[in-house]
Amino acid sequence: MIEIKGLSKFFAKKPVVEDVSVTIQPRTITSFIGPNGAGKSTLLSMVSRLLDSDTGEVLLDSANVKGIKSQEFAKRVAILKQANHINVRLTIRELVAFGRYPYSKGRLTAEDEQKIDEAIEYMNLVDMQDKYLDELSGGQKQRAFISMVIAQDTEYILLDEPLNNLDMKHSVQIMKILRKLVDELGKTVIIVLHDINFASVYSDRIVALKDGRLVKDGPTNEIINSEALQEVYDMHIPVQEQDGCRICVYFNSHS
Amino acid sequence: MRLWMLIVAAVILSFISLFVGAIDIKPSDLLDFDSDKMQIFLASRVPRLMAIILAGAGMSIAGLIMQSLSRNKFVSPTTAGTLDAAKLGIVISMVFFTQVTYMQQILFGFAFALAGTFIFMQLLDRIKFKDVIFIPLIGIMFGNIISAVTTFFAYESEIMQNVSAFFMGSFTLVVSGRYELLYVAVPAIILAYIFANKFTVAGMGEDFAKNLGLSYKTVLNIGLVIVALISTTVVLTVGVIPFLGLIVPNIVSLYLGDNLRKTIPHTIALGVVFLLACDIFSRLVVHPYEIPVNTTVAVIGSAIFLVMLFRGKAYAK
Repeated sequence: MIEIKGLSKFFAKKPVVEDVSVTIQPRTITSFIGPNGAGKSTLLSMVSRLLDSDTGEVLLDSANVKGIKSQEFAKRVAILKQANHINVRLTIRELVAFGRYPYSKGRLTAEDEQKIDEAIEYMNLVDMQDKYLDELSGGQKQRAFISMVIAQDTEYILLDEPLNNLDMKHSVQIMKILRKLVDELGKTVIIVLHDINFASVYSDRIVALKDGRLVKDGPTNEIINSEALQEVYDMHIPVQEQDGCRICVYFNSHS
Repeated sequence: MRLWMLIVAAVILSFISLFVGAIDIKPSDLLDFDSDKMQIFLASRVPRLMAIILAGAGMSIAGLIMQSLSRNKFVSPTTAGTLDAAKLGIVISMVFFTQVTYMQQILFGFAFALAGTFIFMQLLDRIKFKDVIFIPLIGIMFGNIISAVTTFFAYESEIMQNVSAFFMGSFTLVVSGRYELLYVAVPAIILAYIFANKFTVAGMGEDFAKNLGLSYKTVLNIGLVIVALISTTVVLTVGVIPFLGLIVPNIVSLYLGDNLRKTIPHTIALGVVFLLACDIFSRLVVHPYEIPVNTTVAVIGSAIFLVMLFRGKAYAK
C-alpha cells in the first residue's frame, strides 16, 4: 500500500502540489486526473522519488520512501515518464534487459533471461525483439517500455501519461494491458491520464486534482458524474452509460 | 561490420604504419638489432604507432561517452569545448610557471577540461530547446569563447607561435620519452568498459536512470572525468585531433546501436583504423615529407560529418 500524507511541492514559492493525502489501494488502477497544471505529474514524480517533496511524506508499506535504498526501491516501484523522447538506439530486448538492472547490474543470470523472455512474450513483442526502438511506431515503443517495467518485476507501476501521442487503437491496447497487469499479475498501477473516458472505463479509483489540491478521491463511479466533474473541470460534463461504462460526453457542453 | 574485420584492418594498417616514413625501413632490417634503422624503428616508429592507437581509441571512447551522457549524437570533445578548455589550462600553466613541468601542464589541462565539460553539461540542462543541431552549435560557440581567452593569454605573454604549433595535431614529434603519458588512456578505457551499462542507462535520461536505481550524478561525473583525462593527455602529447570523437562513435551507432557494452570494442577498433589510415595517408601524400594528421582527419572527418548531418538528421533525433 502507498500512503501519501500531506504532500506539498513549491516551485519558486508557488505551490504546485499542496497538502495532498491519498491512499493507494493494492491491486487496483488508480488514475490521477485534472486540468492542466493541476500537479498530477508532480505528485506522481514525488511518489516515485524522482522529485523531493517539500512537506509531507510518502509511505510504501508503512516505510517512508526517503529511507529506502535506491536499489531496493527500484525493485518495488517502477516509474515510466513520457518515453517518446528517448532516442537511444537499443533493440527491444536490450531495453527490456535493462529492466533487470536493479537485480543484476547488467550481468544477466539465467533467472534474469527468463524474466526478460516472459516480459517480451507478455507484451507480444517476440517477433520484433531484435528491432531497434527508433524503428518502432509510438504504440510499439510504449509496449517495449512497459515490457521493460514488467521485467523490472515491481509491485507498483507508475505511468505518466502513457497514452500521449498514441492513436485510439494503441491507447485501448495499452489500457487493456494495464488492466491485465492488475488482474492477472496482481500489480498496483498509478497512472496520470488526460483522457477522462479512459480513466472512467479502466480505473478502479480516481484521484482528481485541481490547482495542486486534492478535489476528489474515490471509486470511479463516485467521481464520474456531472456534479463531481463540474467541481474538477469547471464545466458541465454530461455522463452517459454505454455497455456498463460511464462515458463523458463533453464535446458540445456549455460551461 | 564484424569486430574481427576491424581488428584485421587495424593489424594490417599497424604493419604498414611501422614501415612508412622518410627513412626506408624494411622488415629485414630489423634482424640486426644494433643497426641505425633498428634504433629509428624503436625510438620513432613504434612510439608513433602506439600513440596513434592510444589517441584513436581514446578520442573515440571520449566522444562515445559524451554522446551518451549528453543524449546528443553531435556532442564530442570537439563540439563541447572540452579540447578548447584543455588547451586553455595548458596555456595558463605555461604563462603561470616560467619553467613549467609536464605534471603541471597535465594538472591544469585536466582541471580545465573537466570544468569546461562540466559547465557545458550544466548549460545543456538549462537549455529548453534541445534540437540535435542546436546543442553542438552552442558547444562550438562555447569552445570558441574559451579559445578567445586562450589566444588572449598566449598573445599577452608572446607565446602565440609556440601555442599554435604545440596544439597542431600531429604524430611527427612523437618519439620515445615524449608520448608515454598517452598510456593513461588504457585505464580510462577499461574504466569506461566497466561502466558501459551505467553509461547506457544514464544515456536514457535522469528519470530513467533513477527508475532503475542508478545514481545518475555519480555516473555523469565519472564519465566527465574519463573524457577530461583522455582529452588532456591527447592534447598534450599529439595536439588537437578534431572530429574523431564525433564520427567514429556515430558510424558504430549506425550499424550496432547504442548499447555501450556492445559498441565500445567496435568504437575502439574503428577509431584506431580510422586514425591509422589518416596518418598513413598524411605521410604518403607528400612523401618524404608529411602533412599534419589533423589536417587529413579534419578534411575527411568534416566530409563524413556533413553526410551524417544531411542524411542522418532523422536517425539522430
